[in-house]
Amino acid sequence: MATLELQGLAKSFGNTKVLHGLDVKLDDGEMLVIVGGSGCGKSTLLRLVAGLESPTAGRILLDGKDITHVDPSKRDVAMVFQNYALYPHMSVFENMAYGLKLKGMPKAEIAKRVEEAADTLSLSALLGRKPGQLSGGQRQRVAMGRAIVREPKLFLFDEPLSNLDAKLRVQVRADIRKLQKRLNVTSLYVTHDQVEAMTLADRLAVMEQGVAAQIATPLEVFARPADQFVAGFIGDPSMNFCKAVLCAGGHGAKLAAGPEVALPGEASWGPEGMAVMLGIRPQHVVIEPGTGPLGFAVALEEPLGSEALLHGTLPDGEAFRIRVPYPAPQATALTISLPAAHLHLFDAQTGKRLEIA
Amino acid sequence: MKKRPDFLAHAVLLLGVLLFMFPIWVAFAGATQSAAAINRGAISLVPEFRKLGVFVQALSFSNANAPVWHMLLVSFFMALAIAIGKIVISALSAFAIAFFRFPLRMVAFWLIFITLMLPIVVRIVPTYAVMSDLHLIDTFPGLTLPLIASATATLLFRQIFIAVPDELVEAAKLDGAGPMRFFWDVLLPVSRANIAALFVIEFVYGWNQYLWPLLVTTKGGLNTIVIGIVQMITGDQLIPWNLVMATTILALLPPILVVLAMQRWFVAGLTEADK
Ligand SMILES: Nc1ncnc2c1ncn2[C@@H]1O[C@H](COP(=O)(O)OP(=O)(O)O)[C@@H](O)[C@H]1O
Ligand SMILES: [Mg+2]
Repeated sequence: MATLELQGLAKSFGNTKVLHGLDVKLDDGEMLVIVGGSGCGKSTLLRLVAGLESPTAGRILLDGKDITHVDPSKRDVAMVFQNYALYPHMSVFENMAYGLKLKGMPKAEIAKRVEEAADTLSLSALLGRKPGQLSGGQRQRVAMGRAIVREPKLFLFDEPLSNLDAKLRVQVRADIRKLQKRLNVTSLYVTHDQVEAMTLADRLAVMEQGVAAQIATPLEVFARPADQFVAGFIGDPSMNFCKAVLCAGGHGAKLAAGPEVALPGEASWGPEGMAVMLGIRPQHVVIEPGTGPLGFAVALEEPLGSEALLHGTLPDGEAFRIRVPYPAPQATALTISLPAAHLHLFDAQTGKRLEIA
Repeated sequence: MKKRPDFLAHAVLLLGVLLFMFPIWVAFAGATQSAAAINRGAISLVPEFRKLGVFVQALSFSNANAPVWHMLLVSFFMALAIAIGKIVISALSAFAIAFFRFPLRMVAFWLIFITLMLPIVVRIVPTYAVMSDLHLIDTFPGLTLPLIASATATLLFRQIFIAVPDELVEAAKLDGAGPMRFFWDVLLPVSRANIAALFVIEFVYGWNQYLWPLLVTTKGGLNTIVIGIVQMITGDQLIPWNLVMATTILALLPPILVVLAMQRWFVAGLTEADK
C-alpha cells in the first residue's frame, strides 16, 4: 500500500540532539521495529513521523510524497499510544468513530467500519462501554481499533504492549503481527523489549543515543551484530565480552584472561597486537571438564527449568555467563572453551564489528 | 481497620451539625409564629405547622422595593449569569494558558494571578467608574459583568487542564480535531466533574453578593434578595419578623437545590472519570 522513507531525519530540543540524522526506507507492508533503551529517541522518531513534532532537519516521504510539513491529521497515518490515549468520556464506539466523524464521513459508513474493526478485534460486545470499564487488554484493542478504522497508509506503535502483563503481552504480540500481516499496512513499531522486537520485526533498527546502530533482519542482527552495543543489547542472556589482543599473525587472539584462542576463517583479522573485544553468547560456550583452556569460577546458578544460567568470572575477573542444559555441573570451578565458529570480534577502540575481507 | 463505629467522631460531627442547623431552625420555627410574639422575644422552637402558608405569603411580601419572588428571580439569574460567565471565561483563558505557546503567555498568567490579591472591595471604586462610563449602572450586565472575571477559576481550570495527559491531546490532533473541537469534544467533557463543583461554588458566591449589587442598583427592579432582606430589617416601622424569617428560609433554598442537583453530577463524574 505504501512505502515510507526517512531521509536524514534529525531532531534537537534546544541544544540536546535527540536524533542524529536517520536514513531508512520501509517497503510496502513492511514492519520495521525500532528497539533501544529508554530515552534513546524512539518516541521522538514516531512523533516526527506522526507530525506531532517537526524535525530539525531531514525529510519524511510517504509513498514518495513529502509529508514533512503536512498536518498530522492529513498524513494518513494512525498511531497506537503507549497509554492508549482513549477519550475517557466516550464509549468504545465513539472512540473509534471520532476521527472518522471529524473527517465528515457518512454515519452509515462509520458504523460499518467500526463494526468491522470491532469484529476483527473481538470488541463487538463492548462497543457501548466506556474505557474505564475495560481491562488493560481490551483498552489496548480499542486503541488498535481506532487506528484500523482510519485505514491509514502507515501504522505507528509506541510501546503498545508495555502496560500489559507478561502473559497477555505474548498473545497480543502475536495478534498484532497477524493483523498487520493481514491488513498489509506498512508499520513502524517502537519497543524497548528485544523479544518483542525480534518476534515482530520484518526488519529491526537498533537505536543507540539517537543513532541507528544497525538496521537489518532480526536473524541478521542476532547472527552478525554490527557493533558491541547491538551485540550486548540483542540476545537474552546477553553476549559475553572479553578483552583480547590479536596474535599469531592475526589468526588467533590472546585473552586478557590468559589463554590464546583460535579465530574463525582462513584470513588474518588484523595486525598482531591490535586490541579487540571477543564476544560469545552464553549458550555457545562449551564446558570441557579438566581439558578446557579457560578457567571459570561459578558464583551463582540460576535454574531456568530446562536450562540453567551460570554467572561467574574469568581468571582476570571479567564477568562471564554460561547457559547449559539442566542440571548444571555442580562445581565452583569449571574449565571451558570458546568455539571459534561462534566468536564475534569487535574493534576495542570503535566497538565496530570486525570482518575478514 | 476500624470495627466499631467511632463514637467520639460521630459526637463531634453531630454537635457541628446541630450548631449549624440551630439558627436555621429558629428562622423556620419563627416564620410560623406571629410577628408580635417574636418582637416580644417569646420565640418558640416548636413551629406551628398550621401556619406553613406563611412561606407562600412571603413570596408576595413587599416590605422592600420589590416583592420577594421578584428579588429571588433577580438573585437567581444574577448567580446563574455569574457562575456560567465565570466558567466560560476562565475555561477559555485557562485553555489558552495551558495549551498554547504565545508571546507574553506567562505575563498574562501572572497578571491574572495577581488580581487574586485584590478583593472586589479594593477595586470597587474604579469598577464603579468604568460601569458608569459604560452606562451600565442599574442594568443587569452592570450587575453581573464585574463579578464574572475570576482568577480563582482560571487557576483551577489551568490545574485541571495541565493534568490532561499529553497523549490525549496528541490523539485528538491525529484524529483531526482543531483546538476548539478539542476544547469542546474532549477537554470540557473530561473536566465536567470539576466544572460541576466550580459551578456550585460560583453560584453560591454569586447568590451571596451584597456590596456590589447594593452599589450598582438604585431601582427596586434589580434588587437582589440579599439586599431585600437587609432593607426589610432596617425600616423604622414594626418589622414583620415572621415574614422576614420566611423570606430568609426561601433565600436559602436555591443554593441548596443547586448543591443537591450538582452533587449527583460531580459524584458521577468522579467515579467514572479515569485519567
Ligand atoms: N519535548 C521535549 N523537550 C525536551 N526534551 C525532550 C522532549 N521530548 C523528548 N525529549 C528528550 O529526548 C530524549 C528521547 O526521548 P524519547 O524519544 O521519548 O525516548 P524513548 O521513547 O526512546 O524513551 C529524552 O532524553 C527526552 O528527555
Ligand atoms: Mg518512549
